[in-house]
Amino acid sequence: MATAMAHPDAQPIERENYLNKHYGVGSWLLTTDHKRIALLYLISITFFFFIGGFFALLIRLELLTPASDLVQADTYNKLFTMHGQIMVFFFLIPSIPAVLGNFLVPMMIGAKDLAFPRINLLSWYIYIIAGALMLHCMLTGGVDTGWTFYTPFSTAFSNTKVIEAGLAIFIAGFSSILTGLNFIVTIHRMRAPGMTWSRLPLFIWAHYATSIIQVLGTPVIAITLFLVVCERALHLGIFDPKLGGDPLLFQHLFWFYSHPAVYIMILPSMGVVTEIIACFSRKRIFGYTFVALSSIAIAVFGFLVWAHHMFVAGISVYAALIFSILSYAVAVPSAIKVFNWTATLYKGSIHYDAPMLYAFGFLGLFTIGGLTGLFLAALGIDVHVTDTYFVIAHFHYIMVGGAVMGYMGGMHFWWPKISGKLYPEGWARLAALIVFIGFNLTFFPQFVLGYMGMPRRYADYSHMPEFQVLNVLSTAGATVLGVGYLLPMIYFLWSMRYGKPAPDNPWNAAGLEWKTASPPTTFNFEEEPVVTWEAYNYEELDAPHPPRTNKEEVPVVH
Amino acid sequence: MSTSQTGAVHSEGHNPALLHHFATEEQQKDSADLGMWVFLATEVMFFGGLFCAYLIYRGLYFGDFAAASSSIDAALGGTNTAVLICSSLTVVLAIWAAQTSRRGLMLLMLVLTMLFGCTFLGIKAVEYHDKFVEHHVPGPSFSFDHEEIPGHPGQYANPQHAEIFFALYFIMTGLHALHMIIGLGIFTWLLWAAWRGRFTPEYHTPLEIGGLYWHFVDIIWIYLFPLLYLIDRHK
Repeated sequence: MATAMAHPDAQPIERENYLNKHYGVGSWLLTTDHKRIALLYLISITFFFFIGGFFALLIRLELLTPASDLVQADTYNKLFTMHGQIMVFFFLIPSIPAVLGNFLVPMMIGAKDLAFPRINLLSWYIYIIAGALMLHCMLTGGVDTGWTFYTPFSTAFSNTKVIEAGLAIFIAGFSSILTGLNFIVTIHRMRAPGMTWSRLPLFIWAHYATSIIQVLGTPVIAITLFLVVCERALHLGIFDPKLGGDPLLFQHLFWFYSHPAVYIMILPSMGVVTEIIACFSRKRIFGYTFVALSSIAIAVFGFLVWAHHMFVAGISVYAALIFSILSYAVAVPSAIKVFNWTATLYKGSIHYDAPMLYAFGFLGLFTIGGLTGLFLAALGIDVHVTDTYFVIAHFHYIMVGGAVMGYMGGMHFWWPKISGKLYPEGWARLAALIVFIGFNLTFFPQFVLGYMGMPRRYADYSHMPEFQVLNVLSTAGATVLGVGYLLPMIYFLWSMRYGKPAPDNPWNAAGLEWKTASPPTTFNFEEEPVVTWEAYNYEELDAPHPPRTNKEEVPVVH
Repeated sequence: MSTSQTGAVHSEGHNPALLHHFATEEQQKDSADLGMWVFLATEVMFFGGLFCAYLIYRGLYFGDFAAASSSIDAALGGTNTAVLICSSLTVVLAIWAAQTSRRGLMLLMLVLTMLFGCTFLGIKAVEYHDKFVEHHVPGPSFSFDHEEIPGHPGQYANPQHAEIFFALYFIMTGLHALHMIIGLGIFTWLLWAAWRGRFTPEYHTPLEIGGLYWHFVDIIWIYLFPLLYLIDRHK
């Protein structure tokens, strides 16, 4: 272990690290090392990402022609339902927190592990149980309610496996809660000496805000789905208007979680992008305090806007007005972030490495997604485009263009730390470009389609054949996007075997995680780090103008 | 926990309960405390969804809820409230006993807490049995016909709306009872650990966070009791 820090240069002989310290399936399945659990999550969510992607592919193929010819309407209903449920609950929610957050939160604050390593492992097992139940549900008939489970269709009319899907998502929620709980306690209690709140990387602030939402929001969707399951199984009337229940109550409870859930997806991505932009502009992030507190503001405001999903559901006009105004308010902290990132780039020494390309992609796509969100927060426009492809395009710009772009950027940025290997930079830049082009080709036509009036969730648009051109464009784009996502998986796997060994700090980046070995040892640090510098001290790092080579090691300031 | 990570890093002479990734016992205790508080925040929101649904329907169907509420036995519910408050006292006394090295008292108080918990569940079972016999369990055999709305002679409660009350009653008290059962499991472990002499005046964190959980479950009941049993009983 002692040799790890003594010879920081990359060497052909492998140093002892968290990957090679123990071998065997048991050492992985019973591990409490946050880094190994992150990898368990990485494998699991990648599996579900490709299942969800497969459903998306079938949806796009069906929409290639106006008639419902590839699949029946009933099957189509199941495809978009399970695409949504898999992607939201089994990929996007755990994506950055459970993989990158799990791996990086302890290292970034100078801790040996999360506060509750066994609970961390438990959260992965809960996720796996939920995922297995979801897979079983899909293989034995699936579910067709839409990912939103709206009542009374889900409780009284649908004849698909609503109970099983509801229980799977109910269980998955606890995995998310435990991750959030672990992060909150870790960030409060496990920071290294000198790592004050104002020195925390903004990735940590973003995860702290995310964790608050996970802990306070997820139990509400859990109890809501529990009520749906009870109502369906026992024929109760809690949400069924025929039996005296109130379906609007279901929608309120559902969106109380499911709107903040969007911020569970996007906030960690913002954290990733902040790290990348600072590193590849070689500057301290502009307006550190504002970026940090805007994460908290998004978490708080995010809980107060849910009814903008219900403007046409029959809520009172006054409620709609207030929720509309509050939805505008939540755009303010998001805009603060975008402006501060842009200001960080200003006069920065910008390097166009692959993570930075993803960060640029995030900036553009998130801005489009956010601005169209304002369209939807406006009552008049919302009534016009509710349940059209405009909404679909908007939230895919946020969830795919925002959250997944950030996730991909983060995977590239920290891959050398995670795997100890360098990925092929040329291929990575190409993939980033392909993803950006494919994404826009897929989803921009959908804004137009939606504005022209194409409703979501229909397999057949043969009464409107003029929609076909834009749908063909969208399907073509989805194919390009698919290639863009497959490429990184291939070269990441390739690099694990054939990639060049990564130095400890290939980007010459600030941040405690880069002061550990690549890959790190089981306890991350040989000795407890003492932090005496501010976050993003790039000006200091670059001050004597050291040559920016891959062999260069950042001096450890102890 | 994987065998890989224990042992190697433990230095000599510190409390064996100190886990490897914490620097000090104080840090470990603070983490455990905060973890339980955050968990309780989650629980508040979990039950909060149910309380929200309850309040909506109580507002919409007040008379029917009052009629349904007067069919459940407030005396049994009141007894259970007293039982739980006593159990909270015994939990606190157990922690005090641990802090002051009174091992016998600590064990006695833990046993008493569990006895109170079992009493609560027993009374709850009697109440559920009564509801079953009276066909007040929501489902195909549910019936709540010709039940007068309190204070409105000659007006009868709508059975469908009463069924919503009973659905909420069973889900809320059922989830509460599930929490009690989990609590009893935790206290079984605490009793075992206390028996083995694991708790000292310096180290009794599991007792404290187990106690926090127990108090929380009590508090949920303190809210459930008036909301479910005492609608319109003040007249």
